[in-house]
Amino acid sequence: MTTADPPAAAPAAPRPARIRRHQWLAVLGPAVRTPRGAVGLALAALVALVAVAGPFVAPHSPDALVTLAYGKPSAAFPLGGDFLGRDVLSRVLAGGWLLLLMAVTATAIGVAAGAAAGVSAAYLRGRSDGLIMRTVDVILAFPQLVFALLLLSILGPRLWLIVLAVGLTHAPAVARVLRSATLDVCERDFVKVAELQGMRPAAVMAKEILPSLSTPLMVEAGLRLTYSIIIMSGLAFLGFGQPPPAPNWGTMINENRDGLSLNPWAVIVPAVLIAMLTIGTNLLTDSIGRVALGVDRRPEEAALVDDLGLSAGGGR
Amino acid sequence: MAGAGAAVRPEPPAAAAGRPSRQRTRARREAHPVLYLLGHRAALGVFTLFVVSVLVFAATEVLPGNAANAVLGRTAASNPAALHRLEAALHLNRGLLAQYWAWFSGLFTGNLGHSLVNGQPVWGYVEPRLINSAVLMLVTGLIGAVIGVVLGALAALRKDGWFDHVTSVGALAVTALPEFVVGIALIILCSTVVTHLLPAVSLLPPGTYAWDAPRLLILPVATLVIVIVPYIQRMMRAAMIEALESDYVEMARLKGVPMWRIVLMHALPNATAPTIQVIGLNFLYLAGGVVIVEYVFAFPGIGQGLVYAVDNRDIPVIQFTVVVLAAFYVFMNIITDVIALMATPRHRIPR
Repeated sequence: MTTADPPAAAPAAPRPARIRRHQWLAVLGPAVRTPRGAVGLALAALVALVAVAGPFVAPHSPDALVTLAYGKPSAAFPLGGDFLGRDVLSRVLAGGWLLLLMAVTATAIGVAAGAAAGVSAAYLRGRSDGLIMRTVDVILAFPQLVFALLLLSILGPRLWLIVLAVGLTHAPAVARVLRSATLDVCERDFVKVAELQGMRPAAVMAKEILPSLSTPLMVEAGLRLTYSIIIMSGLAFLGFGQPPPAPNWGTMINENRDGLSLNPWAVIVPAVLIAMLTIGTNLLTDSIGRVALGVDRRPEEAALVDDLGLSAGGGR
Repeated sequence: MAGAGAAVRPEPPAAAAGRPSRQRTRARREAHPVLYLLGHRAALGVFTLFVVSVLVFAATEVLPGNAANAVLGRTAASNPAALHRLEAALHLNRGLLAQYWAWFSGLFTGNLGHSLVNGQPVWGYVEPRLINSAVLMLVTGLIGAVIGVVLGALAALRKDGWFDHVTSVGALAVTALPEFVVGIALIILCSTVVTHLLPAVSLLPPGTYAWDAPRLLILPVATLVIVIVPYIQRMMRAAMIEALESDYVEMARLKGVPMWRIVLMHALPNATAPTIQVIGLNFLYLAGGVVIVEYVFAFPGIGQGLVYAVDNRDIPVIQFTVVVLAAFYVFMNIITDVIALMATPRHRIPR
């Protein structure tokens, strides 16, 4: 990590000398107008709508035993019953909002912490850089899911803990990407001008550097959101989510899979919703990355190495 | 573990002994850039693992106040004798450093204590699972690498053709899917709702290993292969496009070398080199990915063992499993870096 900086997910593309506010709109707009971006946005928005509006339109209580265990779909229960005889449709409608909220919160924590660490490492250089990046290395020595499981095993399955654990494990990867993006920005004239005007380092970072990083920030936020949803639903699937009676798409897939041959919809519908959501956010993120680069040259080789985890530098 | 690499670090030249250390470091780096980097990585890896061991130990033994209390829960208050016995078993009645040392030295002697759930020795409990997981990861890695390289090369050869578009959109969609969704989809397709071709669970009778029942490996391997192939495919495609646009391919083409020969003998080897790094990274991913996939198929590997241990707060098993996974992670990271260095000659010369 010390020898070569991994390239940013979205390196500084040719753009006007000084980038200011609203740049994120300038990228997001064209991105959702590409076919991939439009499909991605539509998928993600549809699932988000189900998750947010669902609890208000659910025909039954998600916890009430109203039909037969693994009951076949009928007019009253369009998706049939789950393993206890609860209405699958109502549980699907009620089981998304918390998952979504937790994933968004974890992403916000991870991107904020990672951006703070990465930008200060690159701007302050020297000891802070070394200290921050070594800490990043240590956290990256755990697979994300294993880190979350370790924390849960100590403090018990608490929701805030899951959010915090997932958020914190995003931070190192975000820090790496933003560190190399910041190294490019630091060389630009407007940063030097701000320094000559006597701006304090914290102000330079917040007011001058951060706004120029909107593209890598957006790409990172999109990627981490996708991963947050994957990990959160995975933890719920493993049984580390909301405690049992609560509906959750990840939990539903696990608790109903013994009855797949009786009522497959209790598994298929939540699985398809999770898949639509993650595919949607991923397509949207990809189109943002492409638009930001201006050409059809994907940053994927670079981004891949960062996302997958990690590698440590020497390579590029 | 990763420690072996540390010995490779070159000795400082005698002449430089009196100089400030920074100059010595630079001299060393310039003399053997690869060896220096390898030594540096290995040292960092050993340090990382040490920190990990302290963290894991501190996390599971110190933070919650008392692990014995946590394990016994409510019965701790009503049954002080059980509490004392458990405290002694976990070495909780000793000082903090002594506790850490007892555990840390156990990592090397194999004396890791006993599972709190079934009383088995931790090593005896984890070892067969470790072997099963290793088989799963190895088979997955090999199959995934071959499929990824072939699909990537084909997409590059027909750049912007229909195959390229289909695979690139497909890759984008698949990379976004959680492993358990892929696994469940395969179960629905192959072993329950649609067809009944393959077993839905990969339960192995005790005492048997993964290779004793290859049929049981098919679905877990297929799930993990589907998850890792897109990464390898995308990298291979990018590297292959670069190779096909290079001067040496142009030269070969102008000389009249047949296309199949250009692809197989010139472009493919050069494009595979950078892809190997991504394949290495996929092994890293697999260290975490097996946790969920093993759970989906009830495959008795280290990941499933970890989930059960966390469920039952089986602290000795959790500690050891996490350290093993972290060691694998650090080790694979170093290997991947070395391969990357070997594959890119410009990194081998002093800068």
